[in-house]
Amino acid sequence: MTQATTATRPPATPATGRRRLADREGPLASLFLLPAVVYVVALVGVPFVLAIGFAFSDVTAGDPSYDWAGLDAYRRVFDDPVFWQALRNTLVFTGVSMVLIVVFGKVLANILIADFRGKWLVRFLVLLPWTTPVALSTVSWLWLLDSIFSPIDWLLRQVGLLEGNMYWLGRPSLATASVIAVHVWRLVPLAAVIIMAGLIAIPRDIDEAARVDGAGFWRRMFEVTIPLTMPLIAVAALFGAIFTFTDMAVVYVLTRGGPTNSTQVLASWAFVRGIEGGDVAQGAAIALFLFPLLLAAAVLILRAVRRMQVM
Amino acid sequence: MTRIVEVRGLRKTFDGRHQQVEALRGIDLATEEGEYLVLLGPSGCGKTTLLRTIAGLEQPTEGDVLIGGNVVNELPPRARQVAMVFQSYALYPHKTVLANIVFPLKAERMDRDAREKKARWAADLLGIGRLLDRKPRELSGGERQRVALARAMVREPAVFLLDEPLSNLDAKLRASARDELKRFQQRIGTTTIYVTHDQAEAMGLGDRIAVMDAGQVRQLGRPRDVYDDPADTFVATFIGSPPMNLVRRDGMLVGFRPEHLLPAEVVGAGAVKIPFVVDRIEYLSGDRHVYGTITTLGEATRVIARLPSTVTTPLTAGETADFAVATDRLRFFDPETGDRMDAVPLEWSQP
Repeated sequence: MTQATTATRPPATPATGRRRLADREGPLASLFLLPAVVYVVALVGVPFVLAIGFAFSDVTAGDPSYDWAGLDAYRRVFDDPVFWQALRNTLVFTGVSMVLIVVFGKVLANILIADFRGKWLVRFLVLLPWTTPVALSTVSWLWLLDSIFSPIDWLLRQVGLLEGNMYWLGRPSLATASVIAVHVWRLVPLAAVIIMAGLIAIPRDIDEAARVDGAGFWRRMFEVTIPLTMPLIAVAALFGAIFTFTDMAVVYVLTRGGPTNSTQVLASWAFVRGIEGGDVAQGAAIALFLFPLLLAAAVLILRAVRRMQVM
Repeated sequence: MTRIVEVRGLRKTFDGRHQQVEALRGIDLATEEGEYLVLLGPSGCGKTTLLRTIAGLEQPTEGDVLIGGNVVNELPPRARQVAMVFQSYALYPHKTVLANIVFPLKAERMDRDAREKKARWAADLLGIGRLLDRKPRELSGGERQRVALARAMVREPAVFLLDEPLSNLDAKLRASARDELKRFQQRIGTTTIYVTHDQAEAMGLGDRIAVMDAGQVRQLGRPRDVYDDPADTFVATFIGSPPMNLVRRDGMLVGFRPEHLLPAEVVGAGAVKIPFVVDRIEYLSGDRHVYGTITTLGEATRVIARLPSTVTTPLTAGETADFAVATDRLRFFDPETGDRMDAVPLEWSQP
């Protein structure tokens, strides 16, 4: 009986028809955001607060009890010349890698958008370095750069450019170059994909107009393509910088900061002091140096992006 | 050397994923110096491909493109002395209006003062002198179009190539922009090739019109010729609004324009009388468009008559009226090929 009545009046009356969860955007949005918020708070927020706390304490691996120690840890950090070297190295690695990543990323992006046979295979191969875990791919570099069995040295010897060995990771300048090369190698694919997205978004008409207007390859690139993809190039640079700046896996696997701390970076130095050396307070203090620099970089580049959004 | 642009035996085939698409199937065309040549056709007829091939943005599969008498097939667009205005205008969004206009001159390595002077001259000519510091996104559609024109003209090209430059403007602006384009071209006198699918633009702007369909030029002629003496049924029905009426009769098609099917009393002597069963009447901008059927000329066919406001003959839907078409207004076509045939006397013309 009741069923018959409802059948004749299909639209439920507003009084009885309750909105389900899927209809309510507010609670639904909160619900969907929750996992991300929990994730960020637990894995970024908590460690960050802990690091600040530890940096002003005397916590060590041997004595984990918390005592306020003011700036003692920072004093120890600043008194050690290795810290300054690590800071300098970090900035150099980041700066040089960022420039190279953007330049090679742009070149690679140009290749990736070109139409040719077997494009998918090339795209797949190009993206591999980015998809491989850093530690694993760095181990293979460790072998490539081995002091005695390096295949690169072998190749150079075969073509007669080298006698003996290069000791890629044994000399300060070569070790620096090697670390930068590995960073560039693993981050260029990411930059290329980001820049490629920017290139694809440029209307074809604009490039053609520039060609008819008499602009050659370089003028089109510097006056049209690059300005129009600048926001995405900036994003690619930002990612390159952040990933290089915060990374310790490459340095740790390749050189452990050596030879004689010439490739030591903030992240690896914090690890050496805080975890391997047991001075948690000092480790935290060093690690916190990553924060203001990253923050500044992020704000600067994002501001640049907004300024350059022309369309 | 009056032929600024010439194409000979031009063919263009695009390799699709599954099939080849023939965009141009053998085009021969030449412009005369200073003329306004319009490429008119429905979408997909190859008119834009032809323009892009002339610009050098597409390579012909076969045939030659000549500019100023020289084969330019191998030359990149920048070496062809052409300037192009794109449908989207393709202004550089990150550059100011001034920087947009000087861009081609910068590419020519003209020195800074000279190129700015020239850009200002072009901008003043087009009435956009006060917009030079703006960015394209701050401009209206009509202003953008003028910037695109200014950018095209500063190079002093041998030929302007315009690809549907009015189609992004609203209807009101389009009429005034059309008039402006024509006066602009008359003033600078540069040969212009203009692509459009809009017959009103083509008739209004063109010194000559090339009517294209399916990768071929169906007819090349002055607007008058194309309208009054269409070369085939495609041209006859593509041009004119409403299109030409076609009636099948004894192995031919008899065509006449709606404005020539008039009440017998206003046509006079030398006409074919046709009883017209009036079906429906529309009033459009003062004209009466009369829809109905004629049966005596050939097979029963639905046709349209366009009566100007000066013809006041009363007409009622559902009744048969005496209409007529002047014999010299009749056109004859081959029903198989659609091509034009010689005029045939219709001796039984009295009903």
